[in-house]
Amino acid sequence: MTGPLAQGEPAEPVIPDFGEGSDCVVENRLFCPDWVADNWSGVLQPALVEHVKLTVIAVAIGFAISLVAALVTHRLRLAEKPFVVFSAIVYTIPSLALFQLLVPVTGLTVTTVEVALVGYTLLILYRNTLEGLRGVPSDVLEAARGMGLTRRQTLWRIELPLAVPAIMAGLRVAVVSTIALATVAALVIPEGLGYPIFLALREAFNTEIIAAGLLAIGLALVADGLLVLAERALTPWARTRRVR
Amino acid sequence: MSGEAAEIAFDRVTKRYPGRAEPAVRELTLSVPAGEICCLVGPSGAGKTTAMKMVNRLIDISEGDITIGGTSVRSLDVTALRRGIGYVIQQVGLFPHLSVAENVATVPRLLGWPKPRITAQVDELLHLVDLPPDDYRARYPSQLSGGERQRVGLARALAANPPVMLMDEPFGALDPITRARLQHELLRIQKELRKTIVFVTHDIDEAILLGDRIAILREGGVLAQYGTPSELLARPADDFVSRFLGADRGLKLLSLRRLDELELAPLDGVAAPVAAGSTTLRDALSQMITAGSRSLVVVSPDGAPRGVVTLDILAGLAE
Repeated sequence: MTGPLAQGEPAEPVIPDFGEGSDCVVENRLFCPDWVADNWSGVLQPALVEHVKLTVIAVAIGFAISLVAALVTHRLRLAEKPFVVFSAIVYTIPSLALFQLLVPVTGLTVTTVEVALVGYTLLILYRNTLEGLRGVPSDVLEAARGMGLTRRQTLWRIELPLAVPAIMAGLRVAVVSTIALATVAALVIPEGLGYPIFLALREAFNTEIIAAGLLAIGLALVADGLLVLAERALTPWARTRRVR
Repeated sequence: MSGEAAEIAFDRVTKRYPGRAEPAVRELTLSVPAGEICCLVGPSGAGKTTAMKMVNRLIDISEGDITIGGTSVRSLDVTALRRGIGYVIQQVGLFPHLSVAENVATVPRLLGWPKPRITAQVDELLHLVDLPPDDYRARYPSQLSGGERQRVGLARALAANPPVMLMDEPFGALDPITRARLQHELLRIQKELRKTIVFVTHDIDEAILLGDRIAILREGGVLAQYGTPSELLARPADDFVSRFLGADRGLKLLSLRRLDELELAPLDGVAAPVAAGSTTLRDALSQMITAGSRSLVVVSPDGAPRGVVTLDILAGLAE
């Protein structure tokens, strides 16, 4: 092949037209760093920011719902089963089917995406939070009661802090899986790292698929790392070793 | 409710659980004088822990009443009542996410003490339980040995200067050496602080060592006998009590007294092995047996002979 810009009459393209760009882009090689550099601020960075937003909103709402549900079921055992069954059913619905179910109700909107993403976080966040609350040793609870802590004080000062490791473990799984799942949001709205992948898939444009995919993986790794650091900062007591 | 020790009085206290014909505690009446340790002992199912937990209303009283310093525990707000009573349990129940200092500060914080006062109190209590504050203040419970944890548990229970303490087999999970050490520490601390303590144990030797008074409960939560260790050992009320005290109750009785407390026989030029006045009668008896002698010469700390103790004197004591 010669240069990308043929002089005179443009020939009918036999391969998809990737527009102006380097040889690498025009030839659709596996990965073209120059395309990434050229399209960082126009395509990839906005998609990354949207992706972070989709994830943060989904996990935040999912955690808020799960926490309230876990606190309620911690007191009222009866409420546990309905919530577990509900969140487990939501969890098993394939994401494409769930979007299909929601679109008639909420349309092609962010709401549709968030409802689905939130739904998938519930099971893991709820279970871990409740397990954390229930995992507080009975002698600790008896001491708290015997010393005159009220139920509310016991919850805020003892049970919730001690549930933090289990809650953080749930958040890590929820965040990483939501980052992966949020790429599917591109089927509904033109947002997130899934959108460039979605577009690039039509033309089988390797660089864009790989770049957006790598960003999603990198985002998941970074988010997980940050949560690990946050957990360490929140639970200094869990790291200590016996000295004797 | 803080500072001065107060009398704890059980007045025909009964605990019934719904759906059970027999009460767990039946018409328990006894009073623990201010500043004394009362050990509740008995086999499992005798209701000793139940009786103790009715004092801070972890268990509700079915019938009768318990008063602390003349005030019914039923008349007080339950959280205020509990904050005014030190509570120590066998598994300690330290809060794993809080440092030693924060654990000890729990009740003073609930009571809203100013920070400098809390800090000073924490340090003082850690000194009291022999954990140097500079070394231990910032540690977490997972960094402590079993004995150290129970010391922190004790300091935490003492934090707000409660006049009354409830201790539920606090040393039951410790190895014998650590247990003995903590038992003596408790006695040392009690000499200084003079709390009114209800101490639950199933170990009669612990009760004899620690209790100013001992209440022996039998199955069904019935009080079998209540009195000082020497009263119980010298005059058990019935077979159950005497069996519970053990076949060696004569020796236990001897272990309660020291040679110094006896009226000694005159020296009269007796040649016999020598024993210090601080020796317990039990050890003196043991010494006679190992030395093959029917008498010992008791000496004062400077070595001067003070008199003679004989086998007959020891044998006549329980009368």
